[in-house]
Amino acid sequence: MNNAEAQVRPAAYMNPLVAGVLLGMVLLTTFVVTGHGLGATGFTTRLVAWIGMNVAPVATNTNDYLGGMVEEGKPLNAWITWQVVGVAIGALLSAFLAKRIHIKLDGKKFLGGSKRPMTALFGGILAGFGARVAAGCTSGLGLSGAAVLSLAGFTFLGTFFAVGLLASRFLKEEK
Amino acid sequence: MTEILSGLLLGAGFGFVLERAGFGNPNKLTGQFRLTDWSVFKVMFTAIVFAAVGLMVLEQFGLVDAGNLFVPPAFLGAAALGGALVGAGFAIGGYCPGTSVVGLMSGRIDAAIFLLGLLLGTVLFASIYPNIEFLTTLGEYAKADALPDAFNISSLSINIGMVIAAVGVFVLGSWMESKSKGPVSSQV
Repeated sequence: MNNAEAQVRPAAYMNPLVAGVLLGMVLLTTFVVTGHGLGATGFTTRLVAWIGMNVAPVATNTNDYLGGMVEEGKPLNAWITWQVVGVAIGALLSAFLAKRIHIKLDGKKFLGGSKRPMTALFGGILAGFGARVAAGCTSGLGLSGAAVLSLAGFTFLGTFFAVGLLASRFLKEEK
Repeated sequence: MTEILSGLLLGAGFGFVLERAGFGNPNKLTGQFRLTDWSVFKVMFTAIVFAAVGLMVLEQFGLVDAGNLFVPPAFLGAAALGGALVGAGFAIGGYCPGTSVVGLMSGRIDAAIFLLGLLLGTVLFASIYPNIEFLTTLGEYAKADALPDAFNISSLSINIGMVIAAVGVFVLGSWMESKSKGPVSSQV
């Protein structure tokens, strides 16, 4: 291998036990500092409210779900917004240092081949809808909810993995 | 100001570790469901056990007040239904909401599309909310919100059980990885 190749070769992923302990430290610190865990869809829901406020203000104001968030005119003004901005910064930094930034449409091999944009969109819609039903996602309810030994957290994780296992059977690997 | 700083710093730690573990890669994430890559289970179980044991210890020393911790309410039907939908979305779309942000930051266009879907799913939910509001409070378990109260067992016993379960996940997962193609590497 020459030097140029060594420079573009992405670093290996971290050992899962080490990554798990580090993630546990971040999660524990979050509980100690804020009283709650980590999340993601708390932000995307507020982002929807913010977009709605600017694109369709009347419909958003009168919407039973989003209306309350736009009442004071600042739906993004919340801790979770900064946390998700932080996630983006941290992920970018890690990917940059590991030389893992590549612009590409990934996941074609296992997730629909040429229909990959459709599986990504449909999966996103399901996850976005489901996270609102459960009032949390894998991070907010699964990870953080299980850390405080909540019944809702473990219930979420149970059906999350059961249905995920089942759904992935319907996707064929491209040879 | 401190709120902004704590959000940014803790979020950055979260995003950094997720990317390190390979959780911006949809092939690796969904490998858990094909049972060829057990990184998702291993990392999640380890983090849950670490945080749960850590909270228990800090409570013992009076450094954390359990009464101030947010415990999600036990709408178990809503959690089960939402979990099923997020699980299906993960298996089909390749990400969960948090990891799609990580995927996007490493340049993945499919992660951007997933995020767009996430927003559309939220719009769909909000637009029919009056008709489906009952789903969000489905199957309430009134007796307790957390395992220790529900089953009248100490947090210590539950945490010991979870440590054993986590060890089991590592043993079973590593064995199944050795019998298959194994973990997805960063170099493909």
